[in-house]
Amino acid sequence: MRHDVPGQRDYRYKGVSKVQERVLMKGNEALAEAAIRAGCRHYFGYPITPQTEVAAYMAKRMPKIGGTFLQAESEIAAINMVLGAASAGVRAMTSSSSPGISLKCEGISYIVGSDLPCLIVDVMRGGPGLGGIQPSQADYWQVTRALGHGDAHVLVYAPSTVQEMVDLVVKAYETAERYRLPAVLLADGMLGQMMEPVTFPEEGAHAPIEKPWAVTGHQNARKHNIINSLFLKPDELEERVKSRFLRYEQIKKSEQLAEETMTEDADIIVVAYGASARIAMNAVKAARADGVKAGLIRPVTLWPFPTDVLQKSAKQAKQFLCVEMSMGQMVDDVRLTLEGSRPVHFYGRTGGIIPTPAEVLAEINKLAKD
Amino acid sequence: MIHLLHRIILVTGHYGSGKTNFSVNLALACRQAGKRVVLCDLDIVNPYFRSADFEELMHCRGIETISPTFANTNLDTPSLGAGLSAAIQQPEKTVIVDVGGDDAGAVALGRYAPEIAKGAYSMLYIYNRYRYLTRKAADALEILQEIAAASRLRHQFIINNSNLGEETDCQVVEGSFAACEELSKQSGLPVACVCAPRAIAGELSCGQPVFPIDLYVKKPWES
Repeated sequence: MRHDVPGQRDYRYKGVSKVQERVLMKGNEALAEAAIRAGCRHYFGYPITPQTEVAAYMAKRMPKIGGTFLQAESEIAAINMVLGAASAGVRAMTSSSSPGISLKCEGISYIVGSDLPCLIVDVMRGGPGLGGIQPSQADYWQVTRALGHGDAHVLVYAPSTVQEMVDLVVKAYETAERYRLPAVLLADGMLGQMMEPVTFPEEGAHAPIEKPWAVTGHQNARKHNIINSLFLKPDELEERVKSRFLRYEQIKKSEQLAEETMTEDADIIVVAYGASARIAMNAVKAARADGVKAGLIRPVTLWPFPTDVLQKSAKQAKQFLCVEMSMGQMVDDVRLTLEGSRPVHFYGRTGGIIPTPAEVLAEINKLAKD
Repeated sequence: MIHLLHRIILVTGHYGSGKTNFSVNLALACRQAGKRVVLCDLDIVNPYFRSADFEELMHCRGIETISPTFANTNLDTPSLGAGLSAAIQQPEKTVIVDVGGDDAGAVALGRYAPEIAKGAYSMLYIYNRYRYLTRKAADALEILQEIAAASRLRHQFIINNSNLGEETDCQVVEGSFAACEELSKQSGLPVACVCAPRAIAGELSCGQPVFPIDLYVKKPWES
């Protein structure tokens, strides 16, 4: 359990005038600039609403700083370019939205199989199929369960403010490199498009770690490094997968992130991530004002899922309510975590519709009366 | 500030400079001044946070609206009807055109340039010093020139709409004056006004007229 949740720091009065420090950014632009600040100089993408600003921003900025912006011929090409760049040990990145992420899945599995770190941004829109272009959280299952074939996991970070998009990009790169696996920043169309004031970290404050495995040219000074996901001998493949799963266990122990609000004495705990958590927070505050003991748990990492915080809160709370912009996906993880010890309810809207604070409040009040 | 403007008002600027919120406020102010107002959403680049979102508010204040055919549907098709051409030819109407961001958004305006340039118009450049890519006057000028080239029209005024969203206070607005003055000097365009949240509009100390604005472009959790 961690409480040092990024994005919650108050930058406004840190000695430097906010006028000098603060800028107003769209979520999509902010995460792109954050990646640049974190040392990313290789971006490969393909436009799709509602994340196109990421590519547009990179197209403007990268040439000015000696970086590479490449609009690939497809999402599939873009993710394979990330695989290549990550093999060379650089901080590489791609971004897309739901249908485009589906196209990238094969490449993401190859990156996992090659034990390479990289950053993949998914600004979710409605699905399935082409779906819609309005915000959604309907790709939770895909991203946390099967973002590619094989026994594979990726780190999944879910920001809920524009500032947190900045902070989690930096965090995602660092963690991905430490454990050698891809990190996904999972946002939605609302977070990508909305504007909030942000403060950026100093450029160069987050230097990449040493990567002795990178294929950078051995110059006869060391052994060949080989990056590969093909292992035709079953016992060799099993060993590779098993050693990766040891790292997954370490990640589950050490990398859970969640934010708790008013959970200490809460009877009803709302669980929501991303933009839904902003809505849920309003509803929880309104419920408190009406005398209902409600609290909020906001998972910041979706994989690893913050099981520790949820299990601890179940000692006090009587009921849980999961709020999502989907037909109910994260609710599975809440139920798995609580193992039937508490009733877990669900409220969601889908198709690009964002639940309103009033709708969520009505659900809380319904549970409070039961 | 309104008296400075011709009846065709083109609201252009960098992505996220606040064009839509300014356009909605300007439409309401013009209506209050007794004008017949048409608000046209010409943003065919971005389907989020657009003036077509405010049709209901506009209509109940007696303001006409023109939106792209498929605005606020799930259809990602940039298409424009004939409404703007018709409005341009009706001299009794004040037409406020909320243009899409940057030169990409201004391309759509260029399609109407020959009709607009036949008469008098006021093309505005909305400037927010707190947008990351326009912090420096030279960068803001580059975007201004790209918009002018894409739209094939000329700017007349800069609108200083510098803000930090919900954190905007006097210090924030006043902190933008030097950069905006520099942009004015480099572009040769006068600053028509400084925008400020209505609550602090009276407290600002500056030589330019202050245009008090209300925040209409909101997030789903803001009431």
